[in-house]
Amino acid sequence: MLNAEQPSPQEPLRVSILTQGSYLIASVHTALDDGQLRRFRDDLLELIGRNRSRGVIIDVGALDLIDSFAWHTLRTIAQVARLRGAETVVVGIRPDIAFTMVRLGAMLDSMMTALDLEGGLAWLANAADTAIPLPGLPGLR
Amino acid sequence: MAADQQLDEADAKEVETLLPQLVAHLHEHRTELRQEWASRINDAHLLTAMTPQEVFSEVTSVYDNYVEVLETGSVEELRHYARDLSERIIPRGVETHEVIGVVLLLRDVLARSLFEKYRDDFDLLNRVLNAYEPAANRIATTVAGSFVEERERVIRQQEDSLRELSTPVLQVRERLLILPIIGVLDKERAHQLTEQLLGGIRTHRARVVVIDITGVPDVDEAVADHLVKTVDASRLMGAGVIITGLSSEIAQTLVTIGVDLDKMNTVGDLQGGIEEAERLLGYKVVRTDDAQR
Repeated sequence: MLNAEQPSPQEPLRVSILTQGSYLIASVHTALDDGQLRRFRDDLLELIGRNRSRGVIIDVGALDLIDSFAWHTLRTIAQVARLRGAETVVVGIRPDIAFTMVRLGAMLDSMMTALDLEGGLAWLANAADTAIPLPGLPGLR
Repeated sequence: MAADQQLDEADAKEVETLLPQLVAHLHEHRTELRQEWASRINDAHLLTAMTPQEVFSEVTSVYDNYVEVLETGSVEELRHYARDLSERIIPRGVETHEVIGVVLLLRDVLARSLFEKYRDDFDLLNRVLNAYEPAANRIATTVAGSFVEERERVIRQQEDSLRELSTPVLQVRERLLILPIIGVLDKERAHQLTEQLLGGIRTHRARVVVIDITGVPDVDEAVADHLVKTVDASRLMGAGVIITGLSSEIAQTLVTIGVDLDKMNTVGDLQGGIEEAERLLGYKVVRTDDAQR
């Protein structure tokens, strides 16, 4: 197990990043401020290169709010990860948050989403196969 | 100020003495006044949904209640009766203007009878009317108010039951939900739909949702926009949405608000939508005799 941050003893662990074969699984435990988000982004992208990962799953199920900067950061991760050869799936967005995010104008374009970790893993397993993107249907290619 | 108060007290005392006179008069002429009222109702073509016998029996009850209110000054009993009456006549299509018309007719009938009785003493007539008018107005307001309240209660009840029925989320296969929507999709219902759908995706772990809006005549731009946002929010939760049964009006509204058509997955009808969903989920439905061959 690798920690994205090196938490000081007083500070609770905010993000944990696990490696699972050629995948990275990042779980966000509490809300991150902008600085923490940037560090998370840099650590994760660094790890993708180091581990030669093919897929990244970011679990945001513990978050009560995903603001525009957090969403922007997730998109950046997805875009950069793709350039480095890894697909990114964001999982665990809760129903109430999903609608709020859309109302606030969250762009979906290149992002992949799945219900939970299991859905994310299933999508990554399929992603390697024939990739014909289907509009509006994540995880189903 | 003190003089005013004295005057008020004198007025109150006079009402106290005049009202019993009035009540006695109304008791005495109960039969013909009732008759008169019923025939005026008939002439005015009010309460046509009811038979003459029914009208007459209600007229009797209302008349007695009316006199009682004048006698006791308490409208509670009348309000209770009026609500009960409304409950009986609303389902038969009696309209608000009819009820108000009927009450005003009674007021008119009684006032005429008072004119008749006191026409020789104009001063006394004036004082009797002073006593009668406020009481009569209160009665009219009570009856009309009760009727409208009852009507509103019925409407609320119907709205509630409609809302309960309105947005079922049904699982037809593992990972596949359908939402058939029938009837007008207003803002409130659209919100409810979103809530039910996103909650349903989570509880059923759905991957594909088919929303069938064959039964929706038209939507305004705000609701169309809301629908598109719901599709996006579903995607954020990892479920794809297929919309089926889009009428040409709704399709035009979607084009007007500038929906990114690449994002929308639409299929002509519900059958096609379910077939498409099955294909996406990897189901293959085969007739048994074809499979055996």
